[in-house]
Amino acid sequence: MSKPVVLKVNSATKRFGGLLAVNNLDFEVTEHEVLGLIGPNGSGKTTVMNLISGALKLSSGEIRLEEKIVSDLPAYKISQLGISRTFQLVKILPTLSVIDNVISGGVFGYHRMWGENAEETALHLLKKVGLAALAFKPTEQLTYIDQKRLELARALAGNPKLLLLDEWLAGLNPTELQIGIELIHSLRAEGRTIILVEHVMDAIRSLCDRCVVMSSGVKIADGEVAETLKNPEVIRAYLGDSDA
Amino acid sequence: MEIIITGILLGGAYALIAVGLTIQYGVARIMNLATGETLVASCFCTFWMFNSLKINPILGIFLIAPAAFILNWAIYSLLLLPLVRRAKNKAMLEVDSILATFGILFLLEGLMLVGFGGEYFSYSFLSTSYTIAGTAYGLNRIVAFLAAVLITGTLYVFLTHTRYGTSVRAVAVDPAAAGLVAINVDRVSAFAFALGGVVTAAGGTLLSTFYTFNASMGVVFTMKALIIVIMGGVGDVRGAVIAALILGIAETATATLIDPGLTIAATYFLFILILLFRPQGLFGRQTT
Amino acid sequence: MIKITKDEIRILLYMVVAVAILACLPLLDQGYILSLGLTIVMYVALCTAWVLFSGPTHYISLATAAFFGLGTYVVGIGIDVLPFPILLIIAALIGGVVSGLVGIATLRLSGVYFVIFTLGMAELIRQIVTWIQTNFTTGIGLYVLTDFSEAHIYWMLLALTVLIFITGWLINRSRLGFAMRIIGNDETVAAHVGIDSAKAKVLLFLISGAYIAVIGAILAPRFAYIEPPSAFNPMISFLVVIMSLMGGTRTLWAPLIGVVPFTLLFDMVSARFPNHSSILLGIAFLLIVYLIPDGLIGRIEGITKRFSKKKERTHE
Repeated sequence: MSKPVVLKVNSATKRFGGLLAVNNLDFEVTEHEVLGLIGPNGSGKTTVMNLISGALKLSSGEIRLEEKIVSDLPAYKISQLGISRTFQLVKILPTLSVIDNVISGGVFGYHRMWGENAEETALHLLKKVGLAALAFKPTEQLTYIDQKRLELARALAGNPKLLLLDEWLAGLNPTELQIGIELIHSLRAEGRTIILVEHVMDAIRSLCDRCVVMSSGVKIADGEVAETLKNPEVIRAYLGDSDA
Repeated sequence: MEIIITGILLGGAYALIAVGLTIQYGVARIMNLATGETLVASCFCTFWMFNSLKINPILGIFLIAPAAFILNWAIYSLLLLPLVRRAKNKAMLEVDSILATFGILFLLEGLMLVGFGGEYFSYSFLSTSYTIAGTAYGLNRIVAFLAAVLITGTLYVFLTHTRYGTSVRAVAVDPAAAGLVAINVDRVSAFAFALGGVVTAAGGTLLSTFYTFNASMGVVFTMKALIIVIMGGVGDVRGAVIAALILGIAETATATLIDPGLTIAATYFLFILILLFRPQGLFGRQTT
Repeated sequence: MIKITKDEIRILLYMVVAVAILACLPLLDQGYILSLGLTIVMYVALCTAWVLFSGPTHYISLATAAFFGLGTYVVGIGIDVLPFPILLIIAALIGGVVSGLVGIATLRLSGVYFVIFTLGMAELIRQIVTWIQTNFTTGIGLYVLTDFSEAHIYWMLLALTVLIFITGWLINRSRLGFAMRIIGNDETVAAHVGIDSAKAKVLLFLISGAYIAVIGAILAPRFAYIEPPSAFNPMISFLVVIMSLMGGTRTLWAPLIGVVPFTLLFDMVSARFPNHSSILLGIAFLLIVYLIPDGLIGRIEGITKRFSKKKERTHE
């Protein structure tokens, strides 16, 4: 029994001038799957996220969302087709209220709403991420984790087919990290399809069904989490060559 | 053929104006909308020196250049640098510098209107004809063109083959990184702005030898210079020269073949083509 | 965000009263004051239409004179053939189509391209109109002879201004307005929540351009005789920029604060010292950049804020 493929990356390549940031990358994400995209710093993970969301254009290769090629579309069209994301460096809309920040994710994207309906959905999402009390406040007062929560609520507002979380857990303290992991767990329980770029290995172990490991722009492993993390090549990529 | 030669001769003066602007915008990052007024002011200076002091316009360049340098240095340091410092991002600096240089534009234009009135001026310098390939061209146009070639050539050698020229190009590429390798970015920017002003002023002097001018025609030249700069790619001296020649020829062709009243339309036609097909400039690389 | 708040109802009431009072002006005076009032209302309408686009986008449009001139020309050409209201609709359509096309060509790119394009646009259209008229028609000028008095034009403009305000208010409450606020905050986020920011900007520019063309059309009977240099006078574009920025661009009504004093000042200077009007424009631009970057409204808000803070402190 094979589950339907949501996202398919086919020999994706991205060059910045002479630098090969992503080299001939292939992987798939199936429905309801949580995929971890990991690798040492500079291995090209965030570039992959940017390629999928349309923030960057591929140099060659293609990316398909449910059979439809999306890699030649602008970011706003990709968002309308059902891919939402959070950013590595949190991007809040500072002059909008907390609830308007959330609504912004659900007005123009994949699943569209407006008016009272939008407000209800946004309140519901804020409750889910734990920000209900601050809904009508300005964003100035938000702490770092609250900003991250807000960004997640915004990404969920469009009810996307695929959610991209770019180091969403980075920078949180241990207590916050626990809350964060639980939150993503609840998304997983809902059956969301997610790609997770993450450095926190505990999170990868507990959250992901599968992981793809990158090093210097190339995929070096792809498979079930525990097994993949034992792969000698993966260990070498993280810790360096023991013979060197 | 006649159209092409006339166009190229006209393009020489355009090239100087556009090269001046492209240095100012590329290095100092100021979109100087008053560039046309610098040009017109220089026309008037040359006119005045020629008529009352009997100074040869070509020699006049050597008097006007230092004056333009000092004036533009002052404009940058006193008026524009504070804006660069206060700007939080590129878009803010863009809006601020556009408004500030509009202010300078109208101030200069107003002063010239008060000084000289709105009439058209011209004077007669080397207005004998010279024959190329069977057709006669004004000697003043040819001399102006040759002087323009000389000035652009010197500038190009300066930028590519000297130490200071290299630091100017470094600031053009990345001001933050240039600062890290011990280049005084503010000073180089001021220098580049002043240098751009000098080149534009020289263009004005040369233009005045064969062109009738008045106090309020600056905006039209600013327009043309801006379009040439975009066509050539911002900060690209070679691109600006080639784009200037293309514009010179296109304008001359429109004026001769269709109607002299449609030169702006010709300019816009080129502009629209560039916007639609090569917004990064003729020789610019795609920035994705 | 959809419900109408109490504040909005109060502002609406103020507006009704203000418009009613202003509408009485022609009953009091039919001479110089009405004429001046007409000029002021014209600039209020132009600035409001300008801020509709340039306020949220921060793009400085210098195309005002171009759309304005197109509007006057629609009336100039059609006045003997079609009824005036239809001409106003045609002016809106032409203004909208031209601004839409300009927007499509330039608004995908950075603001500088847009400014440069609009800078010469009035001149471009003037050249084309002149060329068409000299080559394909009998003369350059057009007569617009109507029964409209200055009072009629004044009332029409006042009504149009109200309409522009209402449009602005509706846009603000719409998805388009919401999209513009998101774009103003962060263009990357805007793209990633599905906003086609180029399309939003083009749409806004189109609405603004259409209104400006209608303003030009309404004013055509005042000029009576239309020729390219006066219809496409670039000065209008610059004055609108100055007045709007002087007032402030964050709200639709802020330009009002700039329009009234500057119209009076400019009117006086250009009547007494015609050669000095450029200098005045230059000083105004420099003043805006260096002293009142947020407009007079920003200044006023700053002062009231400081004042209320002082009050709080004395109460403590």
